[in-house]
Amino acid sequence: MEKLGKLPKLYLTVVFIILYTPISYLIFYSFNSGGGMSNFEAFTFEHYAAVFEDTRLLVILINTIVVALLSALISTTIGVLGAIGILLMRNKKLQKTVLSLNNILIVSPDVIIGASFLILFTLIGVKLGFASVLISHVAFSIPIVVIMVLPKLKEMSPTLIDAALDLGATKRDVLTRVIIPFIKPGILAGFFLALTYSLDDFAVTFFVTGNGFSTLSVEIYSMARTGITLTINALSGLIFLVTMLLVVGYYFINQKTKSVLKGGSK
Amino acid sequence: MKEIIRGSLLIFIVSIGLLLFNMKLNAGTSSASKDTITVYNWGEYIDPQLLKKFEQDTGIKVVYETFDSNEGMMSKIEQGGTAYDISMPSEYMIEMMVEKDLLLPIDYEKIPNAKNIDPYFLNLSFDPMNTYSLPYFWGTLGIAYNASLLDGQTFESWDDLWNPTLAQQIVLVDSARESIGMSLNSLGYSLNSTKLEELEEATEKLKMLIPNVKAIIGDEVTQLMINEEAAVSLTWSGQAADMMSENENIDYIVPEEGSNLWFDNMVIPRTAKNIEGAHAFINFMLAADVAAANADYVGYATPNAAALSLMDKEVVGDERFYPDEASRDHLEVYRNLGLDMLGHYNELFLTFKMNLN
Amino acid sequence: MNHKLLRPVFKIPYVIWVALFVIAPIALIVYYSFLDLTGNFTLNNYKTFFTSIYFKLTLSSFWYAFLITFFSLLISYPTAYFLTKTKHSQLWLLLIIIPSWINLLLKTYAFIGIFGLYGPVNAFLEVSGIGTKQILFTDFSFVFVSVYIFIPFMILPIFNALDKLNPTLIDASYDLGANAWTTFRRVIWPLTINGVKSGVQVVFIPALSLFMITRLIAGNKVITLGTAIEQQFLVTQNWGMGSTIAVFLILFMFIIMLLTSGRERGAVRNGKAR
Repeated sequence: MEKLGKLPKLYLTVVFIILYTPISYLIFYSFNSGGGMSNFEAFTFEHYAAVFEDTRLLVILINTIVVALLSALISTTIGVLGAIGILLMRNKKLQKTVLSLNNILIVSPDVIIGASFLILFTLIGVKLGFASVLISHVAFSIPIVVIMVLPKLKEMSPTLIDAALDLGATKRDVLTRVIIPFIKPGILAGFFLALTYSLDDFAVTFFVTGNGFSTLSVEIYSMARTGITLTINALSGLIFLVTMLLVVGYYFINQKTKSVLKGGSK
Repeated sequence: MKEIIRGSLLIFIVSIGLLLFNMKLNAGTSSASKDTITVYNWGEYIDPQLLKKFEQDTGIKVVYETFDSNEGMMSKIEQGGTAYDISMPSEYMIEMMVEKDLLLPIDYEKIPNAKNIDPYFLNLSFDPMNTYSLPYFWGTLGIAYNASLLDGQTFESWDDLWNPTLAQQIVLVDSARESIGMSLNSLGYSLNSTKLEELEEATEKLKMLIPNVKAIIGDEVTQLMINEEAAVSLTWSGQAADMMSENENIDYIVPEEGSNLWFDNMVIPRTAKNIEGAHAFINFMLAADVAAANADYVGYATPNAAALSLMDKEVVGDERFYPDEASRDHLEVYRNLGLDMLGHYNELFLTFKMNLN
Repeated sequence: MNHKLLRPVFKIPYVIWVALFVIAPIALIVYYSFLDLTGNFTLNNYKTFFTSIYFKLTLSSFWYAFLITFFSLLISYPTAYFLTKTKHSQLWLLLIIIPSWINLLLKTYAFIGIFGLYGPVNAFLEVSGIGTKQILFTDFSFVFVSVYIFIPFMILPIFNALDKLNPTLIDASYDLGANAWTTFRRVIWPLTINGVKSGVQVVFIPALSLFMITRLIAGNKVITLGTAIEQQFLVTQNWGMGSTIAVFLILFMFIIMLLTSGRERGAVRNGKAR
């Protein structure tokens, strides 16, 4: 692997600094003893203490995480199968139409998606709450998964599959041993962006939730009128820290087991 | 492939674990009783300690949900599928909800504490006889300004906003009724005007304000004013109070020509399942000590006369947030003008916004 | 390719999704677009859309969506390219996504502080002798924050396309005497075009209907079709007009998809033919 030059390193550093500036900013103020995200008065942990005292907020946080993880998982599964299905379509016109249909939920503003899902759920009789929120998040995350997986699928050369089939592989083998491993980066990208979609969504969740079920976004937006408390900043700081630890930790553990298995570094 | 399956399983197990943990957390907060009410309110608009006290006093568990706009809240109640027992809409929204038959009448037999409310805030145009609603908080619309950024300039009337010294200083509210209403008031018209020529005139006048307009935004105005990012803003009294508690250079006035008087109110939506519990909740919130504690926490003005005597004299005596009756007489409550008229207001405002840049 | 590779059972969830969560809502939106405030049939919403206001809104939506996509691509492509060359590229890639998991409204509030007159950016400008500038409520801040939101969506597919790029191809190109630019234009770009296209789709399409940022960061000095729809639904409660605008947004999206997929076959052929 070639080494990065100085300029590219500088470029990446700037990009990362910009990406993390707003987050550092709001974490910085989570230690502010004053009331808001300005005029840093004195250092305090009181907002962190407040997070752990507020059971309702913790319940909401866990709801948010569960919905995000499950919806990303389910939408990735459906999206990947859908993308393979789309690629295998013989009718090119139909293929284009399906691809356009796929993107409709991306172009529609959340308010519209939320309102129409709400109408749909009340028509079918789905009880508003965890299930309706989960289903909606799966629904609006599927298109992003398809879009992330498709380029990888297109890259795959058809001869590869034909060769595998000629060598006596079953269809199942081709799917699990050839296609899925090849498109894995696309699958992961889809999964992670589905997480983003789910965690960020406010409007759709607002419309389809009910019976005491709430997510962090809904909670934060509805605080806007009276002012978002620094407890939310502290909570975001904690989420950020834990995510960082999980991701970095998992990555290096994974690396180690891999290199042990392979008997050396790659 | 193996890795993907393993990862998926892991996510699945973690999710189930978290869900179970959540159930335990939820169970920990609820009382043994199966009696619950669902309260639908703005975020951070109630003292959470009071909810706990209510649960202890009555044995009714409170499920609390939040919304961020009146219209969003109404759409949800109209569509059904949820059982909200209490909601806190603003006054104009009550008229709309009554029109759509979305509210249940209040049974005053069950609300003895209704006597605590200052009669001045009862029998208002949006709900004559208070058949469906009781006031929760009230306030005004006015000008918040930071005199230290304006060489000591002060404000008395709406017309002061058009002062050429204020170039690029004013932040308006992203709401047609407020912005056009302010212009209507400055011309001496009613902010509930439905006369097209008056509206035209008000919009023309508003266009003259463009050189002074820095931005048109929503609730973020509080932060902008605190940061001294903007010097003047069109603001509701509740947010002005928030600004002033963080930045002492900020002052708030209600212009002499008149302005808007707003109310957030407690209502029982038609979706209510526990009507008995809803009444108990309203009655609880109207108790003098509860209303006082809540007003302390939220920082908005309470219509509860009995609560005032229990509160800090300095707060209650502040003419800016508790104006006396003489100055209140200049104020008007928003009427529901009908969707056609509302559409017209918004169209005028949209055209105005498009001239900004 | 073998067309019977995937058993129909596996496609069912996706088909159900399309039917329930795409076709059904569109049917609903189209239906609503023909209703007036009182629920009667009307064509007036469509008439209103063809007035100058909405024409202007459409133009400005497209212009800003274009700017946002352009700058996202400009920043993301080199980022993705350099990332593939780092040692722990997968980890770095994850670190690009993590900021997008923190609530958007909070980050926007942070940007209001950062870009403010007394924020760190202006403090820096002041020290460097440029002097305090009004950054908030300008086109610049609007495009900047939008690009900030969208770059992870652009970087990911481009990274995936670049990551498996065979280095021997690039070496071969150099060996054949091509300079860096020619190598990029003739070898790298065509091979990553599918990734770029995915990126452009997931940036341009939602950028058309951006709304919250237009108010918080641009102070309503930028207004898009998304803003107009949000207002129609949540303020005016004119679901008919809101739906009509949405119908047009969907139409625009179809046209964009048609245009980009038309180009695709050529590009792929070029790439494959080398």
